[in-house]
Amino acid sequence: MSAINQIVSTSISSSTSTFLGHNNLKNIKPSSVAIPGKINGVVKCVASPSAEKTAYKTKVSRNENLAKLQAGYLFPEIARRRAAHMLKYPDAQVISLGIGDTTEPIPEVITSAMSKRSYALSTVDGYSGYGAEQGEKALFVYLSSQQLRAAIASTYYADLGIEEDDIFVSDGAKSDISRLQVLFGSNVTMAVQDPSYPAYVDSSVILGQTGQFQKDVEKYGNIEYMRCTPENGFFPDLSTVRRTDIIFFCSPNNPTGYAASREQLTRLVQFAKENGSIIVYDSAYAMYVSDDSPRSIFEIPGAKEVALEVSSFSKYAGFTGVRLGWTAIPKDLLYSDGFPLAKDFNRIVCTCFNGASNIAQAGGLACVSAEGIKAMHEVVGFYKENTAIIVDTFESLGFKVYGGKNAPYVWVHFPGRSSWDVFSEILEKTHVVTTPGSGFGPGGEGFVRVSAFGHGENVLEACRRFKQLYK
Amino acid sequence: MIWTREIEHKNKYPNANVISLGIGDTTEPLPDVVALSMANYARKLSTPKGYRGYGAEQGCKALRKAIAETVYKDIGIKDSEVFVSDGAQGDICRLQLLFGSNMSVAVQDPTFPAYVDSSVIIGQTGDVNRESGSYQKIEYMACGPHNSFFPDLSKTGRTDIIFFCSPNNPTGHAASFEQLEQLVQFAQENGSIIVYDSAYAVYIKDGRPRSIYEVPGARKVAIEVSSFSKIAGFTGVRLGWTVVPEELLYSNGFPVIKDYNRVVCTCFNGASRISQAGGLACLSSEGFKAVLSLVDYYKENAEILLETFKSVGLRAYGGENAPYLWVHFPGSNSWDVFNEILEKTHIITVPGSGFGPAGKEFIRVTAFGHRENILEASKRLRSFLS
Repeated sequence: MSAINQIVSTSISSSTSTFLGHNNLKNIKPSSVAIPGKINGVVKCVASPSAEKTAYKTKVSRNENLAKLQAGYLFPEIARRRAAHMLKYPDAQVISLGIGDTTEPIPEVITSAMSKRSYALSTVDGYSGYGAEQGEKALFVYLSSQQLRAAIASTYYADLGIEEDDIFVSDGAKSDISRLQVLFGSNVTMAVQDPSYPAYVDSSVILGQTGQFQKDVEKYGNIEYMRCTPENGFFPDLSTVRRTDIIFFCSPNNPTGYAASREQLTRLVQFAKENGSIIVYDSAYAMYVSDDSPRSIFEIPGAKEVALEVSSFSKYAGFTGVRLGWTAIPKDLLYSDGFPLAKDFNRIVCTCFNGASNIAQAGGLACVSAEGIKAMHEVVGFYKENTAIIVDTFESLGFKVYGGKNAPYVWVHFPGRSSWDVFSEILEKTHVVTTPGSGFGPGGEGFVRVSAFGHGENVLEACRRFKQLYK
Repeated sequence: MIWTREIEHKNKYPNANVISLGIGDTTEPLPDVVALSMANYARKLSTPKGYRGYGAEQGCKALRKAIAETVYKDIGIKDSEVFVSDGAQGDICRLQLLFGSNMSVAVQDPTFPAYVDSSVIIGQTGDVNRESGSYQKIEYMACGPHNSFFPDLSKTGRTDIIFFCSPNNPTGHAASFEQLEQLVQFAQENGSIIVYDSAYAVYIKDGRPRSIYEVPGARKVAIEVSSFSKIAGFTGVRLGWTVVPEELLYSNGFPVIKDYNRVVCTCFNGASRISQAGGLACLSSEGFKAVLSLVDYYKENAEILLETFKSVGLRAYGGENAPYLWVHFPGSNSWDVFNEILEKTHIITVPGSGFGPAGKEFIRVTAFGHRENILEASKRLRSFLS
């Protein structure tokens, strides 16, 4: 122990002391322990400051891309706040309409298939290891069930020219987005909608595609943010959008709930064609479309040369914990040198992944059976009813409300207010968790996203509380 | 490439009983208790009480705890340091995302290809030398009979990351405690991070270390990756984990675990909850016993194959602490040997050069297979090779 510490520790306590001059110890950093012979006015008694200073450090530099990220990923942050709130109000009935987490049980036709598959793994005939099917192995080794790929192609892409071997089954959209980023590498420019699902921007930062975060505009350098607001009908003004290599586009949109029209997507495809860009189209909410808005980018002529599509069973079948999705990459999608994207993506999938769980895939097969599709539509229908209730509630309170028609998200406008403030106010006063719009990008400021995933009675109760708060 | 050869061969000899001792894929059914736990978990997802949505990206707490307490019993790994995943290959990619492209990397030669391939993909390497198959900027640490399959660290250049797999795929060598002490010391002296792949630890018979963390000081220099694939036959179920100790710091003092957590939360959404339920069952006392008897089955296969190669006078390494045999055919080209074995005995193996330049004269034979196939393969190999 240094001499200073010895003197200090015998004469004062670490909690309050007039010797210290003030009693706010929160400002004292242990690393600023006094230099021997000099007291700067503030000294904290620490038992062994030497332990911290001499902690072994490797000589490996921190990846500066990780350092660019401003905070944790959005949804764990929401979860943290929710948990803190529950500690603060242990008797409150906290209702979560924040993280878009499904709540309703999975239809039995689907779980019984997974159950059966699980049992089968304990039998000689039913056991399988790496996802190789018995019989013929395709030359492209996707490590996924050939049956499932065929079923996804015929269910979602019938007559759209997307075939079984264009489908890459995965453990979900979030992982696929990162695998696509690994595919693209650090030397690509990308455009996102603003606001957008945070994984596109955050994965772009991690891969090194972006510059630093610019606090004044709340944007990362080198990303083209395509503003989507009520003023432009939640579709970007493409005439003001710079060319980028990759365009991330989610429709029906998370968080705004807006589903682009056929005309709008035609313009998007044309924009991509003119610029030689690749659209990464996220269609995770396609089954929520109620009107005749396109459900797949491949409904647009020419899209197969400029787009790939990511989707997921999470919000259709409640597979948020089961983990199953897919990416469709058309054979006609080529790099500038003519090399097919699908070939490189296959390489990534074979090197950086080992297939979705075979049990989840068995569930997926049941999902796209006739009975499974019917059951998924029922689940989706239930969440859509919730959405309608939430939309009605906020509209009746005089708010401008967006989304909700073709997606399980309601995008509520709180003009002139900080979305984190509104989030906190709603949480504090009604014990309902939502998601602040600015978590999705600067274009989300002034909005709050209310998700429609929840038990019916919880959604009704939440709406009752909203009515109380904002009457 | 192996699979295209397999298809070609099966088309050429439609009546041959082709036996695969190539790709290391488990073959034996899961223990009942494990399959049942997953079946029940899946079924309960249809009930209000049993339904679960998103899980924590790092894995469910119970499983993290079970791994820390069972696999790392008395080794002092906290559950908060365990990140449950969908397997080692996904984890290696996530670790590469964590490290970024400005890293220098060392691998054993020969090695499980994913370390090199992921390194190339993330941009850490230079071009490939077509002749040797090695990539510029990667430090290859030769492991062969000449150095008892442990690299000569005095001849190894400093790199940021050292990938080290023990028991080793493909050579089957399990490093001794003294060797791992040397490795940890080497990492400490160079300020490097070891990425230790312990996927085959449970195959160790003779008391060699099962975790890098058995070596004092390893918590400050090593990340450990492991998997339920070869422990429990989970190659299709998909479950593994990575340990990142809190003490592991970057040069600026920033804890690696914080950044890894960020990568996991951004680039991943958790292992399937059903698989995690299976993992928990594997680590229960009944489950673990059942799983270890599966491992014993494959160990016995390995013994049979070792005996086979010995009996025909071939040098077969490994096979004692790992489910892989590394058979030496001095002076030959491994693809030629692979083709000859396939043509003459209808057995698929893996040519050693697929694992790196130092694998040129070797063939990897896996011990995964139904007993009758192992016995049949042994018979054919004996008659062909003698």
